Amino acid sequence: MLHLLWLVPLLPLLGFTTLVLLQRVLSRTATAIVGVGSVGLSCALALAIASNFLLAPPMGGAFTQTLWTWMQVGDFAPSISLRFDALSLVMMLVITVVGFFIHLYSAEFMAADRSYLRFFAYMNLFVASMLVLVLAGDLLFLFLGWEGVGLCSYLLIAFWHEDPHNCVCGRKAFIVTRIGDVGFLIALLLIFTELGSLDIHTLMQHASAQWPVGSPVAIATAVLLLAGALGKSAQVPLQTWLPEAMAGPTPVSALIHAATMVTAGMYLIARTHTLFELAPPVLLAVAIIGVLTLLISGFSALAQNDIKRILAYSTISQIGYMFLALGVGAWAAAIFHFLTHAFFKALLFLSAGVVIQALDEEHDIHRMGGLRTRLPAAFWSYLIGSASLAAVPLITAGFYSKDLIIASVWSSPLGGPWLWAGAVLGAFLTSVYIFRSVFIAFFGEPRTLVGQRPRARALIALTVLSIGALVIGFLEIPDIFGGGVHVLSEFLQQTLPRSAARPEPARVEWLLELVTVCISIAGIYLAYRLFLRRKPEAEALASTEDANLLRRFWGSGFGFDWVYYRVLVGPYEWFARVNRRDVLDVFYNTLAAISRMLYGMLRQTQTGNLRWYMGVLAAGGVVLVAIVVLT
Amino acid sequence: MILVWLLIVLIVGGLAALAAGSWSANASRWVSILTFLIGLAIGLYLWVTHADAVTVAQTGGWIVRFKVPWIPRFGIDFQLGLDGLSLMLIMLSLFLGLVSVITSWSEIREQVGFFHFNLVWTLAGTLGVFMALDLFLFFAFWEAMLVPMYFLIALWGHENRRYAANKFFLFTFGSGLLMLVAIIALATIHFADTGTLTFDYFALLGTKMSATAAAFTMLGFFLAFAVKLPAVPFHTWLPDAHTEAPTAGSVILAGVLLKTGAYGLYRFAVPLFPEAAMNFAPIAMTLAVISILYGGIVAFGQSDLKRLVAYTSVSHLGFVLLAVYASNVLALQGGVLVMMAHGITTGALFMLVGALQERTHTREMSRMGGLWPHLPRMAGIGMFFAIAALGLPGLSNFVGELMSLLGTFRASMGFASAAALGLIVAVIYSLYWMQRVFQGPTGTQIEVAGLSDFGARELGTMAAMVIITIWIGVYPQPIIDILDPALTGMRETITVTMMSEG
Repeated sequence: MLHLLWLVPLLPLLGFTTLVLLQRVLSRTATAIVGVGSVGLSCALALAIASNFLLAPPMGGAFTQTLWTWMQVGDFAPSISLRFDALSLVMMLVITVVGFFIHLYSAEFMAADRSYLRFFAYMNLFVASMLVLVLAGDLLFLFLGWEGVGLCSYLLIAFWHEDPHNCVCGRKAFIVTRIGDVGFLIALLLIFTELGSLDIHTLMQHASAQWPVGSPVAIATAVLLLAGALGKSAQVPLQTWLPEAMAGPTPVSALIHAATMVTAGMYLIARTHTLFELAPPVLLAVAIIGVLTLLISGFSALAQNDIKRILAYSTISQIGYMFLALGVGAWAAAIFHFLTHAFFKALLFLSAGVVIQALDEEHDIHRMGGLRTRLPAAFWSYLIGSASLAAVPLITAGFYSKDLIIASVWSSPLGGPWLWAGAVLGAFLTSVYIFRSVFIAFFGEPRTLVGQRPRARALIALTVLSIGALVIGFLEIPDIFGGGVHVLSEFLQQTLPRSAARPEPARVEWLLELVTVCISIAGIYLAYRLFLRRKPEAEALASTEDANLLRRFWGSGFGFDWVYYRVLVGPYEWFARVNRRDVLDVFYNTLAAISRMLYGMLRQTQTGNLRWYMGVLAAGGVVLVAIVVLT
Repeated sequence: MILVWLLIVLIVGGLAALAAGSWSANASRWVSILTFLIGLAIGLYLWVTHADAVTVAQTGGWIVRFKVPWIPRFGIDFQLGLDGLSLMLIMLSLFLGLVSVITSWSEIREQVGFFHFNLVWTLAGTLGVFMALDLFLFFAFWEAMLVPMYFLIALWGHENRRYAANKFFLFTFGSGLLMLVAIIALATIHFADTGTLTFDYFALLGTKMSATAAAFTMLGFFLAFAVKLPAVPFHTWLPDAHTEAPTAGSVILAGVLLKTGAYGLYRFAVPLFPEAAMNFAPIAMTLAVISILYGGIVAFGQSDLKRLVAYTSVSHLGFVLLAVYASNVLALQGGVLVMMAHGITTGALFMLVGALQERTHTREMSRMGGLWPHLPRMAGIGMFFAIAALGLPGLSNFVGELMSLLGTFRASMGFASAAALGLIVAVIYSLYWMQRVFQGPTGTQIEVAGLSDFGARELGTMAAMVIITIWIGVYPQPIIDILDPALTGMRETITVTMMSEG
């Protein structure tokens, strides 16, 4: 069974190829069948392979499949190879399962779109690239998937390319992530030059054998890889592209910019964890960047009115939690949060998509209102997603994963109270901003007419993801809740290191639990008081000059874009514009002009006038004689 | 002898195309196509029969050699030789020749016979350049290929063609003269040392000379090749020549003529003067990095689509220059793969620009925009080659650039890392032109009603180029294998010479 692994990424790729080659022939129904079916088949196969792996684990907990050698020059021989272990199994399942349901939803959501086929072609290509990214056994092959998903992200953000704004957003996403990718590429160069291999397993073995902990080369490698991860996962300072990425169709935001691609950075760090463990300062940087990101984007989410932008900032913030978990060595906790986040964030986006479509492309939450009764399916799924995101205790998946991260930050030797405080504050912000959107959009007075309602295919997707957003958390339950369950972390220990967190005494653990529970509830309550039961004092406070300034600052994402435009984008465009004629050509044109001028001057002497020639001759003779006489 | 036949096929083919042109335009086109097909068949035969690297390795990488005396008095021979490097560049040239004929099918309507004569003869000259192993013969071919190219630009070019053609000629001819001086200097030094006057490449390898003499002679070669490559700051002839040339001219210029510069660096500038070249490497690599970044930035600033594509050549070829002076086998392999990839992708982009100009009568991007719904095939293919050009893994350019960077990284981390920034520059200009031409709202300055998308002839050609781009991107091994004996041999020559001198 395992040897069929190569088919998992190939099936969506075949779907893409079929759609592209047969675009003139396929009807809309056939398009949907190919587009959704290829991912569906891939999903079914992935499930079969995963259960096979669980029932009969291969030797060493990993299965390797080399398809062919990509290129070979001397000792440089990267291969097109797959490596299947606990980590890639979890990633593969999320991508195919969530991906399939989002495809199913899209078959309905995009039904009225002119470019139905183009949409599914891009989506299939994305799924194929993403599967390559997580299944690749060679770092260079992983890079292929990595760039492939970046391309698809660009294509899908700019999907409605008639509107130039969408193209600008797509371009920005591609360019900003590419800046990080340069770091990744240089890391590849460095790793191959120093370790002599790009096979992930081999290079990690060589690294731990050759590089002492904290050696400069290990730190350099980790920093460069981190640059790539920051770009792809939209972490500070390369986070600015993700809010703009919302220009794409909503299923794209759900699949690429929430559930899968944006977590690739986290995957990369987890995949190459050995290199990061050899560079403790970089690991600390990962944690600090995680906290900074989750706070900055938490505040930004508070000041957004566009429902998709709220979710986008929320995604950045939740990936910040994953980075924080990685940074403190809670590897499994990061993956666990990725898993729950994939479900609840995809659910939030898909239900937001239902709302947006029902209100005829309305994105502003202030113009929604009262949707609780008029769009019940969207309301319940959005509520479940929000509850999970806000970590409502016990019943939601998000509670268990976020709780695990926060607890690990406290008790890990790499963490500490400061990082912990940041994470707790972030959890509070999360509750506030997400329930702000719930209360404003779904409660209160109706403000816009409701048009189209979701039908079967969308409802199936919403239901499945809702169930996931609630029950996935039970894979991992803390010890103090009656014994505890550690299915996921024990499974992941085959691939990832054991969590660095030390066990705390029961009363400390209870205290920590109590804090997270209270924080989550308090946030929801505050949102309720501020946005549903408005107090006049609160209104007055919110409309002061300072409050407005603060809101604008938060709303603009802390002004990163403003700075980047002035420091990078503006000067680059300015230089290209003023140098359009290429300043280096001036030299040659001057040369040409001088020779033309000399030619003109010399031509003047050729008058054809005999007297003039005689005169010049005589003058020349006089000068010659004068020179001879005088020297 | 098969190499001579290759030249004869093209020379006769060119004459036949000229003769057929007076009878019918299509006859001239078909004769040219036949000529290139025969050439390709010969090349393919040589490739297939020598794909087994082991047998070639014994001969120092040479697949076939041919030598008859030409001007014995001056020690000049008619000497040709073919190794993997020559073979790959010849295959590329002939393929692009074929593409050029097809792409000119509807564009060139005047003096069709003479046009194809010039086209075929430019390539005949180029093939000579890629095979000549006598320095004097090399120079003769080097100059011979310029003249038909000059006519292609000056006679069938666009509005500003005379200026562009003259500029092209002055730059390449002027730098060619420097090379001639350097060739004569080299032969003279060799004569003074050994008492035999010869222009034989193999005899001149490892000529003993003072460091100063070597530096100056090397510089003569370098300048000629750097102008042709082109490397910043010698590149300014290229945007004009490319922009004003007819589509076929641009395809051949970018795909083939620029490669003669790179070939010259591979074959002559480094192996003949290894020490001087290695001392010069930091300067050359600086120029390479500047070419990569500056070329890409200036490309981004252009408003004329063809000029933009022309500047991207400066950027791409920078990776070749980098590879040559990194001088390890990995980098050298990467450099050749960049040449192949660039030949195909840039050729395809020039075809696309030509097709756009034929339909919209403009190259100004500000007048285009929103053409996607009207020209979906062209948009899709344009997108494909735009992302190939920006170095997406799985497509051809990435493989070459990666290997070139990896090889360079071993020689110098700094240069390789700086060159890697080219990735950002490339993504910026590619996405911008894609948007300005195909995306956004449909502009009002172009009559979109009657626009016709790619037809079968153009689609077929593009399909072939797409397939080659993917093939090199995912499995370049056949090319690497045939190149390996040649490049390994080259590397050994350099090492041996430096050892014997050091």
